[in-house]
Amino acid sequence: MSDVLLDVRDLVVEFPTRKGLVQAVSGVTFELRRGETLALVGESGCGKSTTARAVMQLPRPTSGQIVLDGDDLVAAGKRDLRRLRRRFQMIFQNPIASLNPRKRISEIIEKPLKIAGLLDADKRRQAVEELLETVGLDPAVAMDKRPHEFSGGQCQRISIARALILEPDLLICDEPVSALDVSIQAQILNLLEDMKQRYDLTMLFISHDLAVVRNVADRVAVMYLGRFCEVGSSEKLFDGPAHPYTRALLSAIPVPDPTVTPKPIEMIQGDLPSPISPPSGCRFRTRCPVASERCAAEVPEMRDLPDGRAVACHHPLVGA
Amino acid sequence: MAAPLLELTNVSTHFHSPAGRVRAVDGVSVSLEAGQTLGLVGESGSGKSVLARTIMGLLPSYAEIPEGSAITFDGRNLLTMDRKARRAISGPGIGMIFQDPMTSLNPVMKIGQQVYEGMRHHFGTSKAAGRQRAIELLTEVGIPQPDVRIDQYPHQLSGGMRQRVAIAIALACEPKLLIADEPTTALDVTVQSGILDLLQREQRDRGMTLILITHDLGVVAGRCDQVAVMYAGGIVETGSTRSLFARTRMRYTQALLDSIPRLDRPPHERLKSIGGRPPNLITPPPGCRFAPRCAFADAQCESAMPPMQADEADATHSYACWHPRDPERVTEEVA
Amino acid sequence: MADPTTNRPLHPARPTLSRFRRMRPTTGKSGQFGIAFWLPLAWLILISFTAIFAPWIGIQDPDSLDFINLQVTPNDAHLLGTDHLGRDVLARVIYGARVSLVVGFCAPVVGMLLGLPIGMIAGYFGGRIDGFIVGSIDTFLAVPGLVLLLLFSLIFGGSLLVVTVSLGLLFIPIFSRISRAATLSFKSSEFILAARTIGANDFNILVRELLPNVVLPVLAFGLVAVASAIVVEGALSFLGLSVPAPHPSWGGMIAGGREHLEDSPHISVFPAIVMFLTVLSFNLVGDTLRSRFADVREAAI
Repeated sequence: MSDVLLDVRDLVVEFPTRKGLVQAVSGVTFELRRGETLALVGESGCGKSTTARAVMQLPRPTSGQIVLDGDDLVAAGKRDLRRLRRRFQMIFQNPIASLNPRKRISEIIEKPLKIAGLLDADKRRQAVEELLETVGLDPAVAMDKRPHEFSGGQCQRISIARALILEPDLLICDEPVSALDVSIQAQILNLLEDMKQRYDLTMLFISHDLAVVRNVADRVAVMYLGRFCEVGSSEKLFDGPAHPYTRALLSAIPVPDPTVTPKPIEMIQGDLPSPISPPSGCRFRTRCPVASERCAAEVPEMRDLPDGRAVACHHPLVGA
Repeated sequence: MAAPLLELTNVSTHFHSPAGRVRAVDGVSVSLEAGQTLGLVGESGSGKSVLARTIMGLLPSYAEIPEGSAITFDGRNLLTMDRKARRAISGPGIGMIFQDPMTSLNPVMKIGQQVYEGMRHHFGTSKAAGRQRAIELLTEVGIPQPDVRIDQYPHQLSGGMRQRVAIAIALACEPKLLIADEPTTALDVTVQSGILDLLQREQRDRGMTLILITHDLGVVAGRCDQVAVMYAGGIVETGSTRSLFARTRMRYTQALLDSIPRLDRPPHERLKSIGGRPPNLITPPPGCRFAPRCAFADAQCESAMPPMQADEADATHSYACWHPRDPERVTEEVA
Repeated sequence: MADPTTNRPLHPARPTLSRFRRMRPTTGKSGQFGIAFWLPLAWLILISFTAIFAPWIGIQDPDSLDFINLQVTPNDAHLLGTDHLGRDVLARVIYGARVSLVVGFCAPVVGMLLGLPIGMIAGYFGGRIDGFIVGSIDTFLAVPGLVLLLLFSLIFGGSLLVVTVSLGLLFIPIFSRISRAATLSFKSSEFILAARTIGANDFNILVRELLPNVVLPVLAFGLVAVASAIVVEGALSFLGLSVPAPHPSWGGMIAGGREHLEDSPHISVFPAIVMFLTVLSFNLVGDTLRSRFADVREAAI
């Protein structure tokens, strides 16, 4: 069994819009090793959610290779894909909208089993009850209720139960705690960590919140306008960011400590460039404090750094 | 010492709903000196937004402010004023900006017009003078090419820009007090700090008083002089920011601080989450509202509402807790 | 760590704005089962009951001619009087209700049964299928409805079935529009995406995920459609395009009494009043039910 569970190469996702073709993801390459949590971080419009959905083949990417444990998802036909789906599942940002308002919880959670044609009705019910307990809900109370009777945090637990009932290898979490209250966030993050241990999961975690990412991720990939800026171990990234954008992101995060005065953010103020016609060369150059002429002329390629990270920058802050 | 600019005394706001009377804000008392920034912190359902709207007078028809509530602004009680006088204060006295700039701006009105609309209404400014002032304000809030933007519509601007316009609109009437209801929650983090910097700068330059409503303790820590923490409709702890963070007394505040993931903590650390959910505001618990979820609660907490008491080290720091945290100890085991 | 799950309305993590919309005042007409709901409902039950059980509850024969009492105003023998042919007005109003109620219910049902799936298919698949369906509906709408009804009535003869079906066809566009709009709004919801991630195919998503949700707004409009259908049937029977005389129908009675408006207005006025009350009742009941459905959906989404 190979160490690499998910291998993504040169992923490109394009959308037609009224104003023209938008490349939400412009050539992204990364690997996900078995048992690790890779976080995709970036602000709105960077393409992290699109990348996650492209891995899920929802919709199919424009081009690129996505190989899950030997199976090429992009090349897979509809029927093969449906069979393969059991191995990778997703949970979404809006917990209440992720559940069909007209269905009971028991129906929602057992649906993956039904579609996969596994287990008879009794065994299915049993599986649903067990899973509800695992995610911290009382099955006796929850089974026959509808989503609107639950809070956001509880709905997210139900979504997690639904995603895990087929015991997938890969769990993709698209901003799973962004819509939740602070105190509930902690509950769900702890739950995800528990589930990761229990089900031996590999996780792709999408978030804009670097503090959350610090808590959950082993490795981090920072995205900006459809491209990766840097990828590497979470610890090294937070201790010493290699890419100017990462540094800007870190400097912008307010620290809950009044003895620390807010530093000026290390970025040129301005609007995010339009994704339809992004800046030539390095896309971050219009807001980068260390940009040079080379940045406009030449697209920076992902280069490996001696400490194991990779960065796409002509003037990286580390190991230049 | 001068009288505080804003003083809330036992303010409550109840909503009439088919399920019963919702006690969204219950007995809140807090005062704010001129020129200070108050951070109003709480999760959803804490009542912070409702409190803001109560101060602004923006409550729906099924809201009720019971007897015994008083909001004194600049020496006058807002709740006993007649409607005309109250409306005259909205704008030049108290201004407000909201969370979602997409919906708080009129999508079919030009930016410039939205900025000087308030001036024309309150000060009788002429259209030409208003336009000129609008350009000045847009420059002040950091909008590039204001002479072009002034004739644009909100959808032509980014989220951060729209929020700056909303700030310009509020500032146009030169308010003494500005209430910012989660002004940066809907924005990217790199845009957030720009907006918060702008608010702080404007406050300093104009000598304004600012109420910053947020759920983000990081925002509060860096930018507010005073903090008030709300839970289930009441203020559970309030005081100077330094004191509140360094000498946290109320258990909820501490639990909140413990549960947020932080950059300065090691990765994969198990977060100390708060079990359960906020209480039902129609039938709140008789005692301390946090008691059902508190690890340190006992029978007294469940039956009697704790009074606000002052911290020994700092008289302005008060909290409502029967079993407050010992500020000298760094960590504490569960009782 | 177990979370207590209770039967309480949810507390979303979104700002309190949505909380405001969820609350309703305890007084007020819409959404509450007050007098504006029960009174019209009582009327509808009354009229349906008498229409269905007319022969067994002692209503006179609507076609019998009472030559002694031609065009009399209400008296003991004839509670609402008689028309110009001596027929009891009350009886004719009640038997006329049968026509109106049957057409009123069945025509929208026809429209719904056909319009709902058409709208869902258009909304779900989008692209050229959507373009084709929407174009077809627009074309269909361009044909004047009355002409269509006239054509049907001429080709197939005037009868309850023909009127119901042809009127039902005219309801297809509005139901398919509602169904399409609802489908579009749900299509981008995350629970549909989630259904795809667990491997559901299109048919499964359409029937098991979308349909239960789309049905609600369609049904809610259905009640409005009933009221509208009754009015249209009234107009048709007024023009003689509905059930043929001497079958009683409200519009037909109004038409029949037209020449006698000065001396015997009761012949036209009573059916008109009953029709007005019935349509109003459907609208009031429909309003209340519609705001109830909307409440559930808002709380859910």
